[in-house]
Amino acid sequence: MTTPPPAAEPSATPPPAAEQDGQDSSGRSFGDNLRRAIQENTLTVIFLALVSATIIGGLLTAFTNTTVLNAWGHFFSSPGNAIGQAWDAAFGTYWALFEGSIINPHTVSALFQQASLATAVHDGFLSAVFNPLSETAVQATPLILTGLAVALPYQAGLFNIGGQSQFIGGAIMAAWLGYAYNMPFFVHVVVCVIGAFVGGAALGWLAGEIKARTGAHEVIVTIMLNYVMLYFLAYVLSSHSLMEAPGGSDSITLPITSNAHLPLLAGTHLRINVGFLIALAAALAVWWLLNRTTTGFEFRSIGANASASRVAGMNVERNWTRVMTIGGGLAGLAAATVILGTDFTLNPQSYGTYGIDAITVALLGLGRPGGVVAAGLLFGALHAGSPGMQVATGTPVQIVQVIQALIVLFVAAPPLVRTIYRVRAARARGVSTTMSKGWNA
Amino acid sequence: MELELRGITKRYGPLVANDGISLSVAPGQVHALLGENGAGKTTLMNVLYGLTQPDEGEILIDGKPAKFGSPRDAIAAGIGMVHQHFMLVPVFTVAENVTLGIEEVGPAGLLDRRKTRRDVADLSHRYGLDVDPDALVDELPVGLQQRVEIVKALVRQANVLILDEPTAVLTPAETDELFRIIRQLQDGGTSIIFISHKLREVQAIADTITVLRRGKVVGQRTPPATEDDLATLMVGRDVQLRVSKGPAEPGDVVLDVAGLTVADEHGLPVNELSFQVRAGEILGIAGVQGNGQTELCEALMGLRPTAAGSVTLNGRDLTRASPRARLRAGVAYVPEDRKEDGLVSSFSVAENLILDTYNRPPFASGVNLNLPAIRANATALIEEFDVRTGSPATPAGTLSGGNQQKVILAREVGREHKVLIASQPTRGLDVGSIEFVHRRIVEQRDHGVAVIIVSSELDEIYALADRIAVMYEGKITGFRDPDVPTAELGRLMAGGADGGHALALGPLPDADGSAAPSSAAPSSAAPGGAAATPSPEAAASAGAPETTALADAPEAAAPEEDS
Repeated sequence: MTTPPPAAEPSATPPPAAEQDGQDSSGRSFGDNLRRAIQENTLTVIFLALVSATIIGGLLTAFTNTTVLNAWGHFFSSPGNAIGQAWDAAFGTYWALFEGSIINPHTVSALFQQASLATAVHDGFLSAVFNPLSETAVQATPLILTGLAVALPYQAGLFNIGGQSQFIGGAIMAAWLGYAYNMPFFVHVVVCVIGAFVGGAALGWLAGEIKARTGAHEVIVTIMLNYVMLYFLAYVLSSHSLMEAPGGSDSITLPITSNAHLPLLAGTHLRINVGFLIALAAALAVWWLLNRTTTGFEFRSIGANASASRVAGMNVERNWTRVMTIGGGLAGLAAATVILGTDFTLNPQSYGTYGIDAITVALLGLGRPGGVVAAGLLFGALHAGSPGMQVATGTPVQIVQVIQALIVLFVAAPPLVRTIYRVRAARARGVSTTMSKGWNA
Repeated sequence: MELELRGITKRYGPLVANDGISLSVAPGQVHALLGENGAGKTTLMNVLYGLTQPDEGEILIDGKPAKFGSPRDAIAAGIGMVHQHFMLVPVFTVAENVTLGIEEVGPAGLLDRRKTRRDVADLSHRYGLDVDPDALVDELPVGLQQRVEIVKALVRQANVLILDEPTAVLTPAETDELFRIIRQLQDGGTSIIFISHKLREVQAIADTITVLRRGKVVGQRTPPATEDDLATLMVGRDVQLRVSKGPAEPGDVVLDVAGLTVADEHGLPVNELSFQVRAGEILGIAGVQGNGQTELCEALMGLRPTAAGSVTLNGRDLTRASPRARLRAGVAYVPEDRKEDGLVSSFSVAENLILDTYNRPPFASGVNLNLPAIRANATALIEEFDVRTGSPATPAGTLSGGNQQKVILAREVGREHKVLIASQPTRGLDVGSIEFVHRRIVEQRDHGVAVIIVSSELDEIYALADRIAVMYEGKITGFRDPDVPTAELGRLMAGGADGGHALALGPLPDADGSAAPSSAAPSSAAPGGAAATPSPEAAASAGAPETTALADAPEAAAPEEDS
């Protein structure tokens, strides 16, 4: 009854082929069920999960809409009207999401009504056409980076719930370096980005080191560190002698100097900036690290079988620390893209919901860099489109969170999707497994 | 109850797992199903137990066709199964496990625990199973857990009991116990289907042996069949049950272990252990499992801290070295638990073949992996070690046990090494793979590698060792030459003090019988004429358990040759 989500397009893109030619080497440490869920996933299941979430999301929007409910009150006198109203409400919502995240036909026609291309560019009509895409990229940037911060340790068998604390660590560094110092353009922004990476990496290192030395479970450690950093941030922002802007009383830092802003990519009307390129580069770097380097080999090996890795001479504990450090650094980079790319100040809520969204992004992305980019773009689009959707249709923005949660629910429970759609588990391997087990001599 | 299978065929896609299999089991008969891994034994039993439905053929019980849609139907028809991996709830007592799913409920709707306990005790007594209904399953040794499974089937009135590879997890003594129980069940009229790939066990227990190969029945024999005959049927070609090897030519001492002690929370699993291994000899460490062999190997590999003593390789002290440093120093290691410690199952064969060399040239160039070199290495080793795999990119976990072991062996001996430590190198492998692995190990010895074989299978010790050390409770109870009679090894395995009186300490009630299941019917595996006379030299060289025995009797290895 609803169309497939327009925003589903990025996720239908398969992960880079080179990534698939390796092997299925998901981690093993957090919950056998979750691991199996991820391994059993195929693109078909993901696609069907998106379709299911879209349909349920559509039903929810339709049947929480007062106009629709009124129309259904008179269902037996005019059933066509009732169904039509429901369809309009659901379709309208998704259409508004599409307009806000991909392209809005009105801006396109406005562009063509301009006298010349020069005036169109000058008056910002061209920018208006690309604004939805720009916003999608801006929203996707921190999601991709924090998603990688979960996905990379996951490949080494660790479940990094500490995206939030690592994000805060990076945000504090980026903001402090950004407002407290004056450096030349380019140098300043590079210093700030590196500082943010270091800030996040420090928190990741701490979690990894605690696990490596004491054996404490990384989930507990990272969750607790989230609280530590949350209140640490509130603390440093509550005192003028620390980070609160002098003279202010609203727990906000001074604005970051313009030399430390991430350069914009498409003119002053669009928010898309270098941060998006950092996210894509980071995904590529993580893919290369995992699949092409000896360090990545250790990570994957330890994630798949720590015991055999130890026997093969790998230092499991040191790798835990290493992978958490890099993961934390990625979350720190996410903070850099937010603080230096869009917010330009640091406040006690700067960390948003990135730490939790990261888990859903990594899960939907099957813990692989390519998948994380696709999932990050999808959720970025949902986030980018939601404010416009609320304005246009009155549907609350929270519906986006619901859809997001439903997608992850369906992805995490493939049997559910398979039951609904009667899809047989893709066991392409099944036959070859039996075959290669075959007749040994 | 008379059970008959007629023309059972089961296909999985293009693969025919069972191809028109027919067999019948008479009441009170022990019918052995012999075949290599993948021969279709398990599929056939799954059909019989209602876990899968055959594509063709039928099951007849007392001449009447029966259809088993699920295990429930099979159980109702009097068929019981003891799986290779037990289906028990560890935190429940024996009685609770037995009654699970068929709980007796009293008048008030409460569990009738007393009746259950009585039933278990009765059955246990009747068949000499000797299980305590109140014991927690978790705390029982594997052999007893298996008996709980048997009781479970008997309580459900099984007339036909399927035992899937029942001895795979048992010590020799436990195997003897199991055989005694099987005979008792047999006397009571229960039929047993005994699935195995171990020739000697099948010989010892079966009334009829059906051999499967590639999903087909290739022959049926009754016990006085020779092992060679059975092996040939099973593998489809002539196999050597004992690899031929020349006398050892020991060189210098390569590995020197002195006073090695390992501590854990239970005590000292390895207690002041000393031995030396020379280049070009195989030291076989025999012993009932759980006497510190695992801990010894892990300590030798640096996977466990050493509490005292030293490990020296070619004069270089490795006592405190990391696992990686030991691998680099030239120790090749085939771990006991190949799935857990030897392989990363989700990794490809190619990746598993570089699991401990991935960060050295040619496989690493700088920080990068050299993929062409990794592939070339895989192709070469797959060829050389005859690993049956679809491609180097096939996940190692999908290979058969034998091929997995070949991957590990290829990796370990494929790099430079001076010592090879192989723990239970053929556990769970079929005859063909055992032959292959043994041949490769002897080949290593002949290339001048110092080899340590740790095995709880006496056959394997006899087949490979040039010198035998017996481990009991973390100590070496004696060194012997390979022509030592099994009775003598059994005595040492039971903790009999070296050089003197036999005493029945520890888990083996009767050292002679239990440690050597074959002693009743000597097989080709026992060293021929030498068996009767213990080597005087070995006895003379014996001292206190801690004594370091030097490789002073290389000539004694000779009798292996002609067997």
